[in-house]
Amino acid sequence: MRQAVTAALMLVLSGILMPLAALAQSGPLRIEITEGVIEPLPYAVPGFVAESFEAQQLAQQVTQVIAADLTGTGLFREIPREAHISQITSFASPIAFADWKAINAQALITGAVTVDGAGGVVVKFRVWDVFAGTELGQGMQFSSTADGWRRLAHKVADQVYSRITGETPYFDSRVVFVSETGPKNERAKRLAIMDYDGENLQYLTDSSAIVLAPRFSPGGDRVLYTSYETGFPRVHVLSVGNVQSRILQTTEGVMSFAPRFSPDGTTVVYSMTQGSNTDIWAMDIASGATRRLTTGPAIDTAPSFSPDGSQIVFESDRSGSQQLYIMPAAGGEGTRISFGQGRYGTPVWSPRGDLIAFTKQNAGRFHIGVMRTDGSEERLLTASFLDEGPTWAPNGRVIMFSRETQGAQGATALYSVDISGRNLRRVRTPSGGSDPSWGPLQ
Amino acid sequence: MKHTSKALMLVAALAVGACTNADRFDNDPSGGGGAGAGTGQSTGIIPGSANDPTSSAYFQQTVGDRVLFAVDQSTLGPEARATLEGQAQWLLTNPDYLAVIEGHADEQGTREYNLALGARRANAVMEYLISKGVAGSRLKFVSYGKERPIEVCSEEACYAKNRRAVTIISAGLTG
Repeated sequence: MRQAVTAALMLVLSGILMPLAALAQSGPLRIEITEGVIEPLPYAVPGFVAESFEAQQLAQQVTQVIAADLTGTGLFREIPREAHISQITSFASPIAFADWKAINAQALITGAVTVDGAGGVVVKFRVWDVFAGTELGQGMQFSSTADGWRRLAHKVADQVYSRITGETPYFDSRVVFVSETGPKNERAKRLAIMDYDGENLQYLTDSSAIVLAPRFSPGGDRVLYTSYETGFPRVHVLSVGNVQSRILQTTEGVMSFAPRFSPDGTTVVYSMTQGSNTDIWAMDIASGATRRLTTGPAIDTAPSFSPDGSQIVFESDRSGSQQLYIMPAAGGEGTRISFGQGRYGTPVWSPRGDLIAFTKQNAGRFHIGVMRTDGSEERLLTASFLDEGPTWAPNGRVIMFSRETQGAQGATALYSVDISGRNLRRVRTPSGGSDPSWGPLQ
Repeated sequence: MKHTSKALMLVAALAVGACTNADRFDNDPSGGGGAGAGTGQSTGIIPGSANDPTSSAYFQQTVGDRVLFAVDQSTLGPEARATLEGQAQWLLTNPDYLAVIEGHADEQGTREYNLALGARRANAVMEYLISKGVAGSRLKFVSYGKERPIEVCSEEACYAKNRRAVTIISAGLTG
């Protein structure tokens, strides 16, 4: 019996990431994210109990956000409220496991929300392994000011996700991107920041100058981007806290663009164009000292550090077409890693270090794909008229990117996809969106 | 497949290029004296109009302010070079003007690569103008990558016009 249940709980998802050692972890309630999907894990999350009158609406909202996070992964399936037999009316009440077993809820999440006199919100929760009849991990509580309630819900969902999959989570994170409005030949672009699910959107720039390809700092406190504010594309750095920006690369008469932070946040690598030649440079942010990392007449751009900071993957057309190369972080000869059909660009190193996401153009189509850092095991996750600009979720399991539709009415939107290629979803934004950069877990 | 589409694109680029320059170069295939010839006929011309050979309107419409490129290329073809001959002559005849060359790409490409590609195109134009005697101090270039298409369809007819370098002239500091 126990064996059978455990086996049934072992959902098998995408490949290559989950070390086998993780199988040895704690309880029987477990999604193993490994090979081949069977079915999302059914769970129930009855409305969190409001422990004060002020908390009644909030309790429902918190519950909805938790369910949206979990179901949105494609790994979990919520059993609708109407099917529930038991009601949870008190956070302290014992769980009637038989009632949840009867509707095949394998995981049960219970919780409560309190609003205190000063407007602070407290959310507490427990996760239950229904078939084992035990609690999975321990009850926890999170608190914040009233306007932080979404983060509390994301934190609860992060805990549930993490306890059941054994993976680090990603729901309590933000995305910076380029918000787009207007037709193709008159498009207005603004930097915007939002929660990973599209909520709490805030604009960081107005639309007076073209802005491109923002990138979060490792700590999420700064954003690098390219702006035409001076009439010329230049690398800017913006402080998220006070929304103040400054030009980072100030050499007159040269274009600088494609900036990315080093993992320790002290260095920026970027492209600079001199004459017809575009090379990758590094700048120490504190001193402004610059160093050239590539030479030669090719277009070298779109650099991305390995998580340990020792290497940089970038794209170059030195072979005649856009391909991916890896070089030491101090610069030097690159080793080509992409050899498939077509052109490869915008490489982004996974936060786990094992994979590189990229944009591929082949036979008139665009793809988002991943490959190992030696170029092997290339897998294309998407295909469309124009997909580009992948960015990794903080746990390296999900990729967000931008997709543009074809034709005169073409418009951009943000999408996310599992690194298995499953669960392609559009990310809700109020208007068009491009060039997402997924920030760290907060 | 790839060769076929490249060949088609080239044809389209040539056709458009020929159009742009028809007025000027059909009359004067040598490409040397157009602007000078214009300067001679100065009576009855409204200053600043397209008939005024010292106007930016004349530069745009008669000399031709743009050249087009093949897919993923920054090489100047014969038509582009002919247009740039005219631009160089005009800039030499009108030394008070400065020029910014804007490089552009079509939408078939990743954003940052296209920025660098547009820069290559604009730089090719700038170097050509310098080789024809225009002072480098009067010129600079900027790339817009695929950010500023003039045509919005997702077909080669539009792409061909978007793969361009446009010479934008402005009155210099001395006026």
